[in-house]
Amino acid sequence: MTEDLPSVPPRSLPTGRIAVYAIVGLIGLALMFAPFLFPDVRAQEVAARICIFIVLVASYDLLIGYTGIVSFAHTMFFGLGAYGTAMALKTMGPGFDAILIGGGAGVLAALVLAVLIGLLSLRVKAIFFAMVTLAAASVMLVLASQLSDLTGGEDGMTYEVPRLFSAATKLLADADGKTMRLFGVALNGKVAAYYFVFLSSLALFALMLRIVGSPLGTVLMAIRENEMRAEAIGYRVVAYRTAIFCIAAVIAALAGVLRAVWLKYVGPDVALSFSIMIDILLMVVIGGMGTIVGAVIGVVVMSLAQFYLKDLMEAGAAATADLPLLPDLLNPDRWLLWLGLLFILLVYFFPAGVAGTLMGKGTRK
Amino acid sequence: MTNISAFLARFGGVNLLPVALALLAFVLIGQPSSWVTLTVAGLAMGMMIFLMASGLSLIFGLMDVLNFGHSAFVSFGAFVAASVLAALGSWVTGGSAALNALALLAAVGAATAFGAVGGWFFERVIVKPVYKDHLRQILITMGALIVAEQLILAVWGGAPVAVPRPAFLTGSIVVGDVAVETYRIFAFALGLAVYLVMHYALNRTRIGLLIRAGVENREMVEALGFRIDRLFIAVFMAGSALAAMGGAMWAGYQGLITPAIGPEMMILVFIVVIIGGLGSIQGSLLGAILVGLLANYVAFLAPKLSLASNMLLMMAILLWRPYGLRPAIKG
Repeated sequence: MTEDLPSVPPRSLPTGRIAVYAIVGLIGLALMFAPFLFPDVRAQEVAARICIFIVLVASYDLLIGYTGIVSFAHTMFFGLGAYGTAMALKTMGPGFDAILIGGGAGVLAALVLAVLIGLLSLRVKAIFFAMVTLAAASVMLVLASQLSDLTGGEDGMTYEVPRLFSAATKLLADADGKTMRLFGVALNGKVAAYYFVFLSSLALFALMLRIVGSPLGTVLMAIRENEMRAEAIGYRVVAYRTAIFCIAAVIAALAGVLRAVWLKYVGPDVALSFSIMIDILLMVVIGGMGTIVGAVIGVVVMSLAQFYLKDLMEAGAAATADLPLLPDLLNPDRWLLWLGLLFILLVYFFPAGVAGTLMGKGTRK
Repeated sequence: MTNISAFLARFGGVNLLPVALALLAFVLIGQPSSWVTLTVAGLAMGMMIFLMASGLSLIFGLMDVLNFGHSAFVSFGAFVAASVLAALGSWVTGGSAALNALALLAAVGAATAFGAVGGWFFERVIVKPVYKDHLRQILITMGALIVAEQLILAVWGGAPVAVPRPAFLTGSIVVGDVAVETYRIFAFALGLAVYLVMHYALNRTRIGLLIRAGVENREMVEALGFRIDRLFIAVFMAGSALAAMGGAMWAGYQGLITPAIGPEMMILVFIVVIIGGLGSIQGSLLGAILVGLLANYVAFLAPKLSLASNMLLMMAILLWRPYGLRPAIKG
């Protein structure tokens, strides 16, 4: 399937490529002005979640799409960042120093674990590595729920974030001393928190685009295409793989920090569980592996699908209520069933994903 | 130093690891009666895990296909067996040992048959289009696992299901101050029987010869004119059936099953396959017994560590032997 991935610059007018960048640009603009475009609380939650997941999914794409490494430990790194921040905020009280120390500790832990796993098992086959990471991630999940004194167990933990990010904070006061409003939106701490998340995500995303465009990115693609050849040319494959695994782990942990700061809650369900890993996989495949921008499309499509698919299924279940088994299959709780089927079909027929398929259009093979 | 390793190699090399582990545990536990109970439990658990792991290992060895959906067969086996046992009602709980045995046979047989049919479907529909493409294999089988788990949830619901245990396998045999559950002996015996049959089939029959040759060098076997893809379907079905059988046995052992049984067992199965080395039956058996024993000893000595212990074992063994203890194939 690797031949489907765009790697040669097109000669004719790359309409597909332009379309992809246009879509991504539009999504970026929508996210940039999200607090003003979608002022209600729920939409803001979704927007922040999309920002964070774009970073997470793009960092996963560095592994799966660019280097051909399948890891199931990505949520582990995400969770380490989130839990580190949460524990520090809980024990040291709300403050940027707590975020810095806790987040730093989480990122460091992710880095150390990534180096260990990488050196231990990246020299063997892709499949072996996938199994090792899966085992490691599930042990981490068990640890998080067992060590409930530290992590809050299954319930997770809530904590305060720095005052700047709380809804009661006035960013700008008007003449009456009230919170100033811009386009009818109160400029309170929530907006500051959103822009903290958005700008950090943007910076991380830009960093990843830079990595992919750098010589490092080229070497990674060479390893994906032909490992033996890359080794023969003189690139140390294990070193490069370990390096990108560590980079992806650190970025995932940073995304975890953002998640912890935004949500003011951390638990296995939002930061560590296996369903997040499945989400990431679905998003990266839907968006398109090997195209960092595909992450943006994949995350948005999945996030919207999660909302609308459930509504659709609810309607379907109500319509087929008299038939056997069908209502059970159409129960909104079973939405993963249909996404799973969609996932399988996508991997069969559109392995390049939305972005990859679109980018392939208008270019000559 | 070389003397010692030569001495160890003569007496079985890595096969001595479970013995060493058992001896170490004996010293740490101190009470012979609990040690025997734990050892039997560990061996029984190991045998059940072996049932689930051996198929995965062979499937990988023969066709270079790693089925992440393997644990779906474990779950399906467990739930099918539970449904059959529940449906047979008084046959299971009644006093007649013959009816008990028949009910058990029906349950395990139904689970195994379901595994075989499911395996055939899985191989044809899910895996066949993506031979030789590891990345897509992992993704597709993962997707299939999601779908299978959701189907289990849709059919059996999310609540725990009680599994009635046949009356003649309840209770325990008491020798001195050592009590051993009958079911554990049965599980161990079944696992051992399956291992012996597999060992015989692989080493003494023509099909076994072809399978071993295929694991060693697939292209060469194909070049000699054998239809290895047909062989592979058979192995895939057998592997899935064994996983379902293991799931059925595990369901009876636990007494209460939830849809989480698949993911839980999958981790153990993966650890076993990694420890043992991909593609080898002996490796799977060795790994399964190590994992079973360690899980039981650690659960007794330091309950908090129990799951992490298997992980640590895996890390240690990977550091020592990156391809597992007894790999059939390198690389």
